[in-house]
Amino acid sequence: MVAPAARGLSALALERRRAAWLFLVPMVVTVLLVAGWPLARTIWFSLTDARLDDTAAPAFIGLENYAWLIQDPDWWNAVRNTVSFAIVSVSLETLLGLVIALALNERMRGRGLLRAAMLIPWAIPTVVSAQMWGWMLHDQVGVVNEALLALGVIARPLAFTADPDLALWAVVAVDVWKTTPFMALLILAALQLLPGEIYEAAEIDGLGPVGRFFRLTLPLIRPALMVAVIFRALDALRVFDLMYVLTGNSAATASMSVYARQHLVDFQDVGFGSAAATGLFLVIAAATVLLVTLGRVRLGAAEDGR
Amino acid sequence: MRAILLLIGATLLAPPARAEVTLALSCGSVGIEARLCREGAEAWARDTGNHVTMISTPAGSSERLALYQQLLAARSGDIDVLQIDVVWPGILAAHLLDLSGALDAVARAEQFPAILANNTVAGRLVAMPWFTNAGVLYVRRDLLDQYHLPVPETWRQLTDTARRIQEAERAAGHARMWGFVFQGRAYEGLTVNALEWVNSHDGGTIVAPDGAITIDNPRAATALAQAAGWVGTIAPEGVLNYGEEEARGVFQSGNAVFMRNWPYAWPLVNAEDSPVRGRVAVALLPRGAGEGGRHSATLGGEQLAVSRYSRHPDEAVALVTYLTSRAEQKRRAITAALNPTIRDLYEDPEVLAANPFFGTLRGAFENAVARPSSVTAGRYNQVSAQFWNAVHTVLSDHGEAPAVLQRLARSLERVRRHGPW
Repeated sequence: MVAPAARGLSALALERRRAAWLFLVPMVVTVLLVAGWPLARTIWFSLTDARLDDTAAPAFIGLENYAWLIQDPDWWNAVRNTVSFAIVSVSLETLLGLVIALALNERMRGRGLLRAAMLIPWAIPTVVSAQMWGWMLHDQVGVVNEALLALGVIARPLAFTADPDLALWAVVAVDVWKTTPFMALLILAALQLLPGEIYEAAEIDGLGPVGRFFRLTLPLIRPALMVAVIFRALDALRVFDLMYVLTGNSAATASMSVYARQHLVDFQDVGFGSAAATGLFLVIAAATVLLVTLGRVRLGAAEDGR
Repeated sequence: MRAILLLIGATLLAPPARAEVTLALSCGSVGIEARLCREGAEAWARDTGNHVTMISTPAGSSERLALYQQLLAARSGDIDVLQIDVVWPGILAAHLLDLSGALDAVARAEQFPAILANNTVAGRLVAMPWFTNAGVLYVRRDLLDQYHLPVPETWRQLTDTARRIQEAERAAGHARMWGFVFQGRAYEGLTVNALEWVNSHDGGTIVAPDGAITIDNPRAATALAQAAGWVGTIAPEGVLNYGEEEARGVFQSGNAVFMRNWPYAWPLVNAEDSPVRGRVAVALLPRGAGEGGRHSATLGGEQLAVSRYSRHPDEAVALVTYLTSRAEQKRRAITAALNPTIRDLYEDPEVLAANPFFGTLRGAFENAVARPSSVTAGRYNQVSAQFWNAVHTVLSDHGEAPAVLQRLARSLERVRRHGPW
């Protein structure tokens, strides 16, 4: 790291610092071009009345689009959907991923095969798996209804993707099916790095398996776990394909991305749609700051307590 | 883009020596519609010595609209003549030529007024009526005869008749019998169905032609509450996820007494392999009870329009005039039961011989009510989405009609930003 003040640095250090900046320039320019410019365009459009079907040049209207956005119950519904989806799906994926990773970490026959097989749901493109689940959850021809009916769990077929009370949970279930392997794999990687000696020591000290898990395993894999959770949470907040393929533009499941796309493309309202997209960006930025801060605080506390 | 469109289009050859201009035409891209369109364009090209290139556009209507909007927003002259849906004139008006010069007073009087009004935006006729569509009621004639019941005249009679036959049929061992199926999925089709319920009760057209939001009224609420009462009693709960084809599936298998659908279902329910072949009649949709109650049918259909970015506007208008002419509409009606927009063709003996049910349809077209697409223009898709979501809420029993309509009116105010549309 370079010291905050240039004063007192040797000529060599200054030289190195200049070189570092020089090496950074191509990357900074690229990031500005591919990420900064579109983002700035979107924010600019969100301050105008631009429409795709209007040939006139867009006019600057200040924050009007945002004023309409916060008045729209559909937007807040989309925010609620997205946040519930993110919280529930990431919690379930973390829990299930942890259980699966612990099981796969044990020495047993066919472990390699199991690990490979586990990755299949993650390897299928989301649009394909969503379409596949759409058919399996269908109320007339779906295999899920057929199985539940045969088991006597339900008396008549459920319209999983059409019933507003069920649709969001159907989407969560498909996401859990798809993304649990990702969590399991990241956690498994962390588990494999744990040293065996401390477990032997703990066993000699008379610590049971439950105690070993909560007092050794969990604190030790926490950094990796937090990274995985942050990664997944940000991914879940910008979810689009699952909802769009399974339930279309249905208000019962519409995420913030679905809402923004509907206004941008279906309604041709570039200004308002850009405001929604910027809103989505702000929510994700806030979530990132929150998770990173929270994650660090916990990590620090764990280190202090050791 | 032009290169791609030319690649997927097929150039139709006219004698090259006489060729003057080449026009690009986008019409139905699949099935008999595509064939009839091509034949018509070929005939015009032969007569005039011009070329016509057929452009294949997506069969799905929202994808096709998106492509049109993209091309027109870029002021592209890649397509000269476009086939457009009945709700698009308002959305695309800014990019289309005024065709009123191509329709004299006599020709104008021959057309259905509702369609001309729909295609007129700010005094400009932006699209020429080509073939039309309107909702009709399909009736199981054999069941009505068996139970000595008349074809229902009002929605209340339909409800009672449907319930009686459904109960009697079920008691007789036909356990999957339902009274009425329609299009209840949250999509444009629900806007179409619900507009018929609301308008037949004299509840207006969501947004009045002058731009006022009129949907929050007691007659509209009555109409929607009545429809909500059907779900789970005379209509299966699955109707909340039915489009046209799902409804036809139930009706054509003999499991429903009544069905609301477009005329396209007529040849299909009477096809060789149809279980209800020869046992079906077509009637006007029922009217609402009380004063002001009337038969309403939502207007559908396709129009031809000329892009204002066309390099050969005169020839393009001539092509549109030819394709929408009486002779061409008659040929299309006889060959493929595509409903003409010229009124007296419904009395033409040759047309009636090919399509005996056309007599009833004429009544439906005279009663046709247009969706508020011309007045709401670019915001129509948004208005329609708000409306079908509100109706779906009422149908699925997640809200009471009066409260939902009040909320809908407020959302529509927001959609139009409290200003003019």
